[in-house]
Amino acid sequence: MSFLELKDLRIHFPTDDGLVKSVDGLSFTLERGRTLGIVGESGSGKSVTSLGILGLHKGGRARISGEIWLDGEELVGASQEHVRTLRGKKMAMIFQDPLSAMHPFYTVGDQIIEAYRIHNDVSKKVARKHAIDMLGRVGIPQPARRVDSYPHEFSGGMRQRAMIAMALSCDPELLIADEPTTALDVTVQAQILDLMRDLQRDFDAALIVITHDLGVVAELSDDILVMYGGKCVEYGTSDDIFERPEHPYTWGLLGSMPRLDREPTERLMPIKGSPPSLINVPSGCAFHPRCAFEERTAGLAKVEVPELRETEGGHLVRCHLPAERRRAIWRNEIKPNLEAS
Amino acid sequence: MVTYIIRRLIWAVVMLSIVSIITFAIFFLVPRLAGATSESLAARYVGRTASAEQVKVAAEKLGFNDPLIVQYGRFAKGIVAGADYDYGPGVEHCPAPCFGYSFLTRLPVWPDLLDRLPVTMSLAFGAAVIWVIAGVATGVLSALRRGSLFDRAAMGVALAGVSLPIFFTGIVSLVVFSYGHPFRITAPGGSFTPIEENPAMWAYNLILPWITLAFLYAAGYARLTRAGMLETMNEEYIRTARAKGLNERVVVVKHGLRGALTPILTIFGLDLGLLLGGAVLTESTYSLPGMGKYAIDAITNQDLPKVMGVTLVAAFFVVFANLIVDLLYAVVDPRVRLG
Ligand SMILES: Nc1ncnc2c1ncn2[C@@H]1O[C@H](COP(=O)(O)OP(=O)(O)OP(=O)(O)O)[C@@H](O)[C@H]1O
Ligand code: SF4
Ligand SMILES: [Mg+2]
Repeated sequence: MSFLELKDLRIHFPTDDGLVKSVDGLSFTLERGRTLGIVGESGSGKSVTSLGILGLHKGGRARISGEIWLDGEELVGASQEHVRTLRGKKMAMIFQDPLSAMHPFYTVGDQIIEAYRIHNDVSKKVARKHAIDMLGRVGIPQPARRVDSYPHEFSGGMRQRAMIAMALSCDPELLIADEPTTALDVTVQAQILDLMRDLQRDFDAALIVITHDLGVVAELSDDILVMYGGKCVEYGTSDDIFERPEHPYTWGLLGSMPRLDREPTERLMPIKGSPPSLINVPSGCAFHPRCAFEERTAGLAKVEVPELRETEGGHLVRCHLPAERRRAIWRNEIKPNLEAS
Repeated sequence: MVTYIIRRLIWAVVMLSIVSIITFAIFFLVPRLAGATSESLAARYVGRTASAEQVKVAAEKLGFNDPLIVQYGRFAKGIVAGADYDYGPGVEHCPAPCFGYSFLTRLPVWPDLLDRLPVTMSLAFGAAVIWVIAGVATGVLSALRRGSLFDRAAMGVALAGVSLPIFFTGIVSLVVFSYGHPFRITAPGGSFTPIEENPAMWAYNLILPWITLAFLYAAGYARLTRAGMLETMNEEYIRTARAKGLNERVVVVKHGLRGALTPILTIFGLDLGLLLGGAVLTESTYSLPGMGKYAIDAITNQDLPKVMGVTLVAAFFVVFANLIVDLLYAVVDPRVRLG
């Protein structure tokens, strides 16, 4: 059995406007030592998924169904208290904006010490030493001194390093990073990505990197899951997604991806239209109102939800177009266009 | 930090001087505007039986004919160094801090105030403990169970607490808790036992005023805490705290409440400072011999030196409380830079 396995996970929120289907039938697996990138536009359900894995929707309004298996244990049906004991220890999380994700009134050291002592019965002194070690490992200079600083006394990149130190303090086996670099400027982004790659190798954890930026996952991921409207629309290895993408939405993401080897202003082809409502999800294929190839499915996309089907060797695509057609479109219409621009 | 504290201390002294000047000017001018002369003021010291000549001499000796600024200088010097009062029959020494002599009793004001202070302090601190615990706990629970029956009931009562005048809640609780029925829990008030004499009696005599006063304040604190908690519990650092695997109680208190503490602490300092100058309505309702009652009595008797003394002491507490709150800011919120 895989280290982490999601089976048909659904996370819905009843609201005054209707049922918000933030995550709607998501399945994937992840092994230790591997990195999965989850990509999608804002509102596609990435954060809700990650919080769901950590059990942070439990006790709230969310309706959760499906299964989450972590190291042989099912978490959706497990008690809130039990999942709490796994949080921070077995699975940990890094958040997007470390300034607001850290408590402004406690020192960085105190926050790491707290995280460590929840799961390790050690004295404050021992925990403090550990906190200093961790800060050193994530590349914070003079950790013995910086341990007593408050988050606002750190730069953005340092704060994210401290956040990573906190998440790794209990040696978790699953690490989820939700937009770990979005709040940082470009040069710092690269440093943080390097750090995460190195640390993952050291810690041999399973890593999930969540982002709306394909560039970030290109750096880190073994596998990539493209999410749209709470569903997986394409899943495959990093090569599958960058070299042989088959879903029109993935093509759109690739087209709108800023690349370091190009002028940033040179060409960005944003996907036209806006993300789908999660309450009144478009009929059939949720992407059809924005899809340039919709008419080539003879109206099918408007009425029938496409299945997530394997096209070859673990590469999954959710689209009504026959695989041959998709590959032809990629080869003849999309790829030359991307390369030309 | 140290220079900041020194600057704030100097500022507090300046504030107090300004307050004392204004207070003095008001109490100098108002009676005169109302038609009082230096003779009629002096007459209040020497008594109605004195001859016109004696009064005139007393007014001169007491310095009531001097210009405002000279009189203020004498008053201020009295506070710092003590003063001698010569109103005819003999000279009385009033040791520092001298806040003047009562018209009525011909006794210095300051020892009176010292007598009253323990009453007001007992009332204020006791009530403060109750209202902070009750108000903050109610506010936290309300926020966590927003929209529940508890929340709505608590906020309804809190609204009543902040809107009802204290003499109303005071009288109601007097009737409910103490008059004549077998379940009464306390004496109907009017007596004060110093804590060092008999702590049990001290508390017994104060419990009703405490509750009355605390109810009024707890209401505001519950609302303030609830609003603060609703905000902080939505902060991302709360999610981080949960993601660490902290249990919910620690998340709420150590992370949520801690984040909501700054405004509560600020208001608390100011409330307490104000209250230490006398809980006028509560003390009157329960006939407690505190600063507030003293002020009311002094005003009723037109005993200007007493009124002025109690005003200045009240002002001192407010300024002092402000100073403490300012210094605490930096302790409570490390992002605040003192400088
Ligand atoms: N507690 C909640 N109640 C109702 N709706 C929610 C709740 N949490 C999230 N949602 C909705 O679920 C959808 C998915 O949100 P999510 O935060 O997972 O998006 P995301 O993919 O992480 O986007 P972003 O890139 O902006 O972070 C959003 O439309 C959001 O409004
Ligand atoms: S099913 Fe049709 S609308 Fe949906 S992505 Fe494929 S081509 Fe586009
Ligand atoms: Mg998100």
